Amino acid sequence: MTRRIVGPFNRVEGDLEVTLDIVSGRVQAAYVNSPMYRGFEQILVGKHPQDAMVFVPRICGICSVAQSAAAALALAQGMGIQPPPNGRLAANLTLAAENLADHLSHFYLFFMPDFARDGYRDHAWFADAQARFKAVTGSAAAEVLPVRAKFMNVMGYLAGRWPHTLSVQPGGSSRALEEAEKLRLKILLAEFRGFLENTLFGDSLEAVAALDSEAVLNAWMEPRAGRADFPRFLNIARSLGLQHMGRATDRFISYGAYSDGTTPLFPAGLWAEEKLQPLDIGAIREDVTSSWMAGDGALAPAEGHTLPQPDKAEAYSWCKAPRLSGQVVETGALARQMVAGHPLARDMVNIHGASVTARVVARMLELALVVPVMETWLRQFLPGDAYCLQSHEMENARGIGLIEAARGSLGHWLDVRDGKIYNYQIIAPTTWNFSPRDAAGEPGALEQALVGLEAEEGGNAAPLAVQHVVRSFDPCMVCTVH
Amino acid sequence: MKGLNLLWLQSGGCGGCTLSLLNADCRNLIDTLKDFGINLLWHPSLSEQSADEANRIFDACANGETKLDILCLEGSVLKGPFGSGGFHHRTGSVSMMSLIERLAKVAQYTVAVGSCAAYGGVTSAGINPTDACGLQYDIDAQGGLLGEEYRALGGLPVINIAGCPTHPNWVLETLVAVAGGEMYEDNLDVYRRPRLFADHLVHHGCKRNEFYEFKASAHKPSDLGCMMEHMGCKGTQVHADCNIRLWNGEGSCTRGGYACIACTEPGFEEPGHPFGMTPKVAGIPIGLPTDMPKAWFVALAALSKSATPKRVRENAVADHQVVTPANKRTRLK
Repeated sequence: MTRRIVGPFNRVEGDLEVTLDIVSGRVQAAYVNSPMYRGFEQILVGKHPQDAMVFVPRICGICSVAQSAAAALALAQGMGIQPPPNGRLAANLTLAAENLADHLSHFYLFFMPDFARDGYRDHAWFADAQARFKAVTGSAAAEVLPVRAKFMNVMGYLAGRWPHTLSVQPGGSSRALEEAEKLRLKILLAEFRGFLENTLFGDSLEAVAALDSEAVLNAWMEPRAGRADFPRFLNIARSLGLQHMGRATDRFISYGAYSDGTTPLFPAGLWAEEKLQPLDIGAIREDVTSSWMAGDGALAPAEGHTLPQPDKAEAYSWCKAPRLSGQVVETGALARQMVAGHPLARDMVNIHGASVTARVVARMLELALVVPVMETWLRQFLPGDAYCLQSHEMENARGIGLIEAARGSLGHWLDVRDGKIYNYQIIAPTTWNFSPRDAAGEPGALEQALVGLEAEEGGNAAPLAVQHVVRSFDPCMVCTVH
Repeated sequence: MKGLNLLWLQSGGCGGCTLSLLNADCRNLIDTLKDFGINLLWHPSLSEQSADEANRIFDACANGETKLDILCLEGSVLKGPFGSGGFHHRTGSVSMMSLIERLAKVAQYTVAVGSCAAYGGVTSAGINPTDACGLQYDIDAQGGLLGEEYRALGGLPVINIAGCPTHPNWVLETLVAVAGGEMYEDNLDVYRRPRLFADHLVHHGCKRNEFYEFKASAHKPSDLGCMMEHMGCKGTQVHADCNIRLWNGEGSCTRGGYACIACTEPGFEEPGHPFGMTPKVAGIPIGLPTDMPKAWFVALAALSKSATPKRVRENAVADHQVVTPANKRTRLK
């Protein structure tokens, strides 16, 4: 057996290292290390509760609105207030814009450049992939950066700026839209739709959203593989067999996304043992056995604490290990679509289990599914109605904020005592996916997904298959440890 | 044009300054950097090289095999625990802190991108669990990781592009100035922020200025009025041109309906009061507008409050214009 430490991983948000035990050219065991700790949960203690709205978005520069949205929900619950419909619509639009921009950035900037690496030079698709996706020099990045920047102008209207807005508030949104601005947003969405349909999909968003099985997807891809970027990926993925790589536990969770106050667009739930089940939030525990954190058991997040212990024996990551009823689960766009019951996601997982391909497909599906809904939301604002309620002071209160970020389920657990934050615990999507081993020795989702991959012994570069699997989760390491 | 190698590192921060930078107002960031002879040696979000390939690039810079013209750090330096730098370590348990120190010695220009890298920022808030600091500042005191005496090989101290996050064009314009040999110590303000954005106040160009003139104040988020009196807004004191150049097209914090929290100022993360509330003594905000004598401010505020037009007074506490401006003949005859 040889042991190889692979890191730092780039084109993931934040810092990541993976230790691989390799036997006979295959990964036998993987240990995922989140090598940076900042201590937001410690920083927040003693602060005025509403100051959380300043601190938590700054956990993460790529899912900053998601952090704000979770905190706003936790605070609103603590205050016992509910945003008015306009406030909720504005908040949903803001979060959706961030989530979709993240899906786009991940695909073009973080994920696809790996197919332009020299290791693939013998493949028929290589020259095309290199011209299109090569990091820094490929034509796609130059094309997508201005498109992304233009799309993010929706944040100028909805949120003042991005990242790190304060427009997302417990009482709704601090930014009421003028009539002219709704029209401006409509124009920006139309422009974004145009890029997605012409350049990414080579088809209408509605047609992509309606793809309902792997067979249909493959037939749809064939005539488009040389003309649009998502079909290009599908063609490459099939040739490399990425549908067979990166399976974890096939247990998926979603907290539910984009609620209108009663019903979320994508529902909450647990998909496990090949069926949909209710998600029991009370069954979440965070285990610190392998984390450089004081303590040894597993605590419910509302009772959890975060106290670094850098010299802890047997620990190998700053990341805690969240478990649902003691089990390892996966979260993200694929999990969200599995729980929501999208037929394409369900079919792909039914055939192969979760995979690199299925995770990317789910993200692309969400681009096709959510843009049309954003267009609908824009028409639902009630003219003259309030966008935001006044927040009020809290003396003693608890609140939980559960939302879906681009990368999956994000939860904030808030405990206010004597008017100040007494405890604030956060479980981010990548905390679930990239968790280390728990007390039972059970490896986290990525650690399981890496086992069995081909990896040369003695080489010193990061094996490409390992890179694909790691990036297929779209990890956000700054959120993971926070 | 001589090619300049730029190496971008991230440490104790959120990556938000990079994500902001991708929105820079140019044809696309990568080609615009090339237009000015800047070669992106490595960037954590954009480059191909991972793991050992990336480590070799860092080593080549540190050994002098590859010249390092511009070193950008995003995020604060994590010195803890106990000065080891262990809160952010790299492969083989080398601390990020020690890598930054090595590379700063060989860089022609060293640039702190964002308030974390400049002064410590949000990561150093509260009990500062990681002993975070800026490259050359501990909050507003010179020092930081590199020390007061540090000068990059090009002769300048660390350039502090403050902001949480930084405006994409502040970063781009600073890099373009550096590449053109147009960045001198005189171009930096007292906290070594490029004066290209730090010579203005956030107040300049604020859409709420009519409300400010009449002290017609907002009381809750989404109100249109001035946020200085009750909502904690520091725009009249904070150095940045956010309301002149705007963000993400037509945005800014005050346009977004929330207070300027002074994110370009050292120490903004610990204001000593809740961010959303203006601290006052005898009903008068403690933080008066920059360069404004207090007695005059109090007198003018009282006068303008009494002269507030109905339109301004009513709109200040609404989230949309409830009274639109009257129509007036603007020609002489």
